[in-house]
Amino acid sequence: MRRIVNLHPARGGALTLGALPFVLLVFAYLIASSIRLEANPDDKLLPSPATIGETLRSYALEEDPRRGEILFWSDTAASLTRLGIALGISALLGLVFGIATGVVPYVRSLLAPFIAAVSMIPPLAILPILFIVLGLGEVAKITLIVIGVAPVVIRDIALRAAELPAEQLIKAQTLGASSWQLVLRVVLPQMWPRLIDALRLTLGSAWLFLIAAEAIASTEGLGYRIFLVRRYMAMDVILPYVAWITLLAFVSDWALKKLRARAFPWTQLTV
Amino acid sequence: MASLTVRRVWKEYGNHVVLENLNFHVEDHEFVTIVGASGCGKTTFLRMLLGIERPTRGEILIDGKPLEAEPGPDRGIVFQRYSVFPHLTVLGNVLLAFELERARFTGKLFGRARRDAIERAEKLLAAVGLEHARDRYPAQLSGGMQQRLSIAQSLAREPRILLLDEPFGALDPGLRADMHQLIRDLWAANRMTVFMITHDIREGFQLGTRLLVFDKLRHDPQAPEAYGATVTYDMKLRRNSESREPQRDPDARAVNA
Ligand SMILES: Nc1ncnc2c1ncn2[C@@H]1O[C@H](COP(=O)(O)OP(=O)(O)O)[C@@H](O)[C@H]1O
Ligand SMILES: [Mg+2]
Repeated sequence: MRRIVNLHPARGGALTLGALPFVLLVFAYLIASSIRLEANPDDKLLPSPATIGETLRSYALEEDPRRGEILFWSDTAASLTRLGIALGISALLGLVFGIATGVVPYVRSLLAPFIAAVSMIPPLAILPILFIVLGLGEVAKITLIVIGVAPVVIRDIALRAAELPAEQLIKAQTLGASSWQLVLRVVLPQMWPRLIDALRLTLGSAWLFLIAAEAIASTEGLGYRIFLVRRYMAMDVILPYVAWITLLAFVSDWALKKLRARAFPWTQLTV
Repeated sequence: MASLTVRRVWKEYGNHVVLENLNFHVEDHEFVTIVGASGCGKTTFLRMLLGIERPTRGEILIDGKPLEAEPGPDRGIVFQRYSVFPHLTVLGNVLLAFELERARFTGKLFGRARRDAIERAEKLLAAVGLEHARDRYPAQLSGGMQQRLSIAQSLAREPRILLLDEPFGALDPGLRADMHQLIRDLWAANRMTVFMITHDIREGFQLGTRLLVFDKLRHDPQAPEAYGATVTYDMKLRRNSESREPQRDPDARAVNA
């Protein structure tokens, strides 16, 4: 009998195995749901697939009479816009301050302790401050995400930039590079893939901050909707919304991974 | 065109004396090979020539003028590892040298200027036998090819001094012979002074017109860091020459006395 650590599933087998936990989860839900609904047809906790499907259909295909919008899509657009703007700003801050602290000793002395301190602030603790200072609009929500995400990205990029072999930076200088050229031609191009990695890792917390901000002060958005319908225990709305958020997060992570592989082929070459 | 004067140079890290009283003059277009035990300060010496490390005492002059205290295009370097840019193709690695020279703000060349630069880069690649690999990335090259690329890159700005720190240390012996021929040819074709560190004394004898041996003259077993290495042998080697008898460096003897 070979050791289990040496046994590898075939390709089809790996796919089946990967699908198994999902299938089991759905299966368990269906059984639990049908048991509860049998005992009490008005039970709201575990709605039947038919109820979920019906609710989802009305949310995703029918205009809401009061707002004149299709809620599911307007919520999605609102959330993704906030998230996209916040991640874009964080990426820009991450590159600028990360590279500056990573390669310029004076900037590092100036900013590294400050950034380290700021990154320790629990963003949700200053959410009230943001709402008081910036109002209840979009700016406060986007700022919350940026405060949560940017310091992590900055520190990661700074570490990666400082990790570049000293030989490379010296070599570039012997080819005549100025500090600016060094950043532009040697450091920055090697930081793009690192930036994508950093964004992938912060995607989870970005969603967390987004939903927290939407839950507290918003009039649309995926997080807003979930917390709104919670009052009516509308699990038939909450469950598909959660699944949708998960799917969006998963797809954006996957898309970033693909982008990295495609745009920066040199990062994964071997002889 | 560069002669180099090393005048009573010491290098200490705190109480640790790494190099003591280096004192010699190198003429233009010499090929100096440097050998010595591991950890005796050869790389430290090269780092001082690069300008990334400063002598604690004494001075280093290039053509009679104090050495610039940071790396610049007059001094090229080939390290043992990590000296090519992984995000650029072979051609891009060499092209970069011309782009840094000509495009101060964008760091990129376009149109005619770029085509000219590519032509020059291709000549350099041909000189080191890498023309067929021009579109590959460094990760797709063998160690020897990476070193050849690094050499081609270093030559692009036509440095007056070329520094090589155990450039072939990681290569198999067969490959090394080819590299020796290459570096000799390049040195002969370009008007530059070469300093090459090697841990292979035969390599030192074969390649150089002059061999410097770094070693400690004094040694205190109780305090191994109290004394540094200096040039203990300074041999003029002439190719096909009659005498290769080692001769004690007169300056080194002066220290001893
Ligand atoms: N930045 C530094 N700080 C302290 N000691 C150093 C530093 N750089 C080198 N050394 C010491 O100097 C000695 C010579 O190192 P090096 O020049 O790399 O030797 P090698 O002849 O093998 O190239 C070593 O003992 C090393 O520990
Ligand atoms: Mg060394």
